[in-house]
Amino acid sequence: MLKIRTRYGDGTPLELSERELMADLENGTADAAECGNVPALSKEELQHLFDIFSAPYSFVSVEPGNEVVLSYDAGTLKIRRVGVNVDRIQALQIYEKLLGADSMELCHIDYSFKPIKSIVTMEQPILEQALLTTHIPLFYGAMPNLGLYSQPDGPFPNPAELLPLGKIDEAQAAYEAAAEEAVKDMLYTSEKMVTSGADGINLDTVGGAGDADFFAALIAARKLKERYPDICIELGMAGEFILGMHSELEFDGVRLAGLYPHDQVKLAQQAGVTIFGPVVNTNTSESCPWNLARAVTFVKACCNEARIPVHVNMGMGVGAVTVNDHPPIDMVSRASKAMVEICRLDGL
Amino acid sequence: MQMTRGMKIKQAKKYVADKLGISISDLTDPVIMTEVRDDLQIGVMTPLPGCAKGIEAKFKIADLLDIDIACVRRFRDMIAK
Repeated sequence: MLKIRTRYGDGTPLELSERELMADLENGTADAAECGNVPALSKEELQHLFDIFSAPYSFVSVEPGNEVVLSYDAGTLKIRRVGVNVDRIQALQIYEKLLGADSMELCHIDYSFKPIKSIVTMEQPILEQALLTTHIPLFYGAMPNLGLYSQPDGPFPNPAELLPLGKIDEAQAAYEAAAEEAVKDMLYTSEKMVTSGADGINLDTVGGAGDADFFAALIAARKLKERYPDICIELGMAGEFILGMHSELEFDGVRLAGLYPHDQVKLAQQAGVTIFGPVVNTNTSESCPWNLARAVTFVKACCNEARIPVHVNMGMGVGAVTVNDHPPIDMVSRASKAMVEICRLDGL
Repeated sequence: MQMTRGMKIKQAKKYVADKLGISISDLTDPVIMTEVRDDLQIGVMTPLPGCAKGIEAKFKIADLLDIDIACVRRFRDMIAK
């Protein structure tokens, strides 16, 4: 009986029989269909995933003609994370010339809009110099990171302390106040970077602190687009559905709590976002085939709703990529191929 | 083209290929694109003496693709002062 080598979501190697592989694919897509109320993958699409996983190669790629572009988040800090201690402009050049990046993002190691606000005049000259020496489009990016606005790090009462005490109204008020300040910080930094010539602004890990975090990013995107109609805004999510920490926040009359990617993209479009980056979280207890079938189901539904380009997040723990600092190429390449060929993606 | 005009990937590839005067399949051929990039001076992997680099290449890219690139506009404004 043929044994197919694959992995669990945490990267642990695993062997599956053909029957087990197909069962995992069917269960993964069924899980996504049930959670998100979206169509499951067809038999042909599941067979395509089966063929991808059963291919006896360490690395797989797309057929010619199906190539897509790549956008990156936090590249100039990630290169330092692996101990390559280069200046950020050199990091951008490394990504462009040696790693084949189609676009890149300049960012600060303290990757949130709140701390960047006070040092933005030190960030601007770096971006301006980088734009003179690189050829690819450059974003400036950071996270809304609403958690930084709660005490003790920020000015507002901490909802995580208020909620267990049953102080719901006070927690909601704290989230709303934090969102208002976060919008101001995102606008302040983004406007400076646009003035310095940024080709785009990346709002990263949106929704990481729940629905108020998503709300702040949507408001900031809308205001930024009103001020700069031609600016590119990329909005990359933190998780596959919006955690209802506030639970009653709405954007254009739509409640944010509980939204999956196919509904998130609609609001992003309405807010003026140019490129949307959905996330599907990897389940470390399930196999990569299960995770990929599930992720492709969600992202396909998202792409079906999208009028704007969709660049799915494919990194550690998202997009069916394993939860490892250095995800194994056998799974990354399979996940990438599947995403591009089934979902009609515009990029990764 | 995704960033400047919000184009989806197929539309973006066709637009760029048409502007460069090549086929869509040529866009991902590294040998062909090296020649194209050298001929059009839009930036190459190995920057030889005299070839357009950085902002120089971006001026050409903006012109060829008929797009507004912010740093190109900013450069023009700065040197016009």
